[in-house]
Amino acid sequence: MSDLYNVSSSPHVRAKDTTARIMLYVIIALLPASVFGIWNFGLRALILIAVCIATCVVSEWVFELLIHKKSTINDLSAVVTGLLLALNLPSGLPIWQAVLGSVFAIVIVKMMFGGLGQNFMNPALGARCFLLVSFAGTMTNFNCDAYTGATPLALIRNGESVDTMKMLIGTTAGTIGETSTIAILVGAIFLILMGVIDLTIPGTYIVSFVVFIALFGGHGLDGNYITAQLCGGGLMLGAFFMATDYVTSPITPMGKVVYGILLGILTGLFRTFGANAEGVSFAIILSNLLVPIIEKLTIPKAFGQKKEVKQHE
Amino acid sequence: MNKYVERLYNGIIKENPTFVLMLGMCPTLAVTSSAINGLGMGLSTTVVLVMSNLLISAFRKIIPDGVRMPAYIVIVASLVTVVQFLMQAYTPSLSSALGVYIPLIVVNCIILGRAESYASKNPVVPSIFDGLGMGLGFTIGLTLIGLVRQILGSMLGITVFVMAPGAFLVLAFLVAGMNVVRDKMEKKGKPLAEPSGCITGDCASCSQSAMCTGKSETKKTEE
Repeated sequence: MSDLYNVSSSPHVRAKDTTARIMLYVIIALLPASVFGIWNFGLRALILIAVCIATCVVSEWVFELLIHKKSTINDLSAVVTGLLLALNLPSGLPIWQAVLGSVFAIVIVKMMFGGLGQNFMNPALGARCFLLVSFAGTMTNFNCDAYTGATPLALIRNGESVDTMKMLIGTTAGTIGETSTIAILVGAIFLILMGVIDLTIPGTYIVSFVVFIALFGGHGLDGNYITAQLCGGGLMLGAFFMATDYVTSPITPMGKVVYGILLGILTGLFRTFGANAEGVSFAIILSNLLVPIIEKLTIPKAFGQKKEVKQHE
Repeated sequence: MNKYVERLYNGIIKENPTFVLMLGMCPTLAVTSSAINGLGMGLSTTVVLVMSNLLISAFRKIIPDGVRMPAYIVIVASLVTVVQFLMQAYTPSLSSALGVYIPLIVVNCIILGRAESYASKNPVVPSIFDGLGMGLGFTIGLTLIGLVRQILGSMLGITVFVMAPGAFLVLAFLVAGMNVVRDKMEKKGKPLAEPSGCITGDCASCSQSAMCTGKSETKKTEE
């Protein structure tokens, strides 16, 4: 006899999706980029990744112990935060700064606002921006054993030529996880196939970014330049793994499009006219802050509803 | 407790303008990038506060009710101008570090708040102590924030604490600390002041009445 014949209260059929399961998929999807980063930048990258993950998990555990809340480290979200943060750091960053960033991500950006689901911005990116503002020197120093010199984006900014093939594969200077476009795309395709993320946000993000860059980048429709801008910096990692964060992205269909376009325009704006070569992380956390407004303005009309009912306050 | 000591205690701890009343947030966030800046700002505000409380209290029976705000502003602005010139003369580096925030003491809500809610209703000597207590409370608040930001930002090199976001972070943590203290005191049966939000709806006895924008209906009909 099937279980379906049992008399019980709903829900009768449960999906297998749990927070931990989705987080596990994200971790698996991030593996190609992480492994490539370790191969590319060496042991130092592995240490940074391990330190960030460990610090995130431990600080979540300790914080919940201190405030007498049930421990939520089993949902793996702290692991994802730690991993994403590490992938956003240059491999030469001093360990204590990585630890500080991880604690900031978990304790201040996530737990202080009520834990997973309540955080107002992506914890990993919040911490990255905290570190970027605090330690501008070490956070933008991409010299390591394997590479010396500037990132491809900085090179483009200075008008020098870049090898887009290398950028696609990822053998360039940069943060641990952002260099290899192919590794990131492999992970992203896995996430899309598993139904964890959908293409709306990354798609509109990338398309609107390309449009912006083509219009205002100063190189017109130069294929090499646009490819380099797409593959350079944290755009791919940000678009597929951080802009799609469930907590800090809109849930309304129209809102997702608005959010993606906003991201594209802001990233283009920061990269083209800003003081730094990179602007993905600032664009994403700024858009994170606008998500509640975007959602409020894009609530879809209920089925069968004819006219827009004016809302009375 | 002695009436004057009570005023000092009230200003420094019970109704600390920075951590409890949340008044004067603009200089609190803007000039506290180092301990000495916070101390300078706090002390100059204290001087203005004591003097303005003294003068307003002394003139409280002369100032007509209808134009009391302009009258207070004239008194406070004169005092601030004096303080500004004194600082330019004797502490030029501090004066340039604090910049526009010295003249802005004129519109500091602590000063107008104390004038409206205390000095205009009480005799001169308690008003002086009220100003002194509030001023010292403000000074302590600003110096503490400045100290933490200086240690974290300039000494440990976490640059964000010297910048604006750091001011918000440090203020938030210090206020949280103050709330912990308040909770502990309440559990011991020695409650501190009410939190600054309106709870009772009794505007007549509320120290926030001067600045409050959400006064209860009874007050409006009276006016």
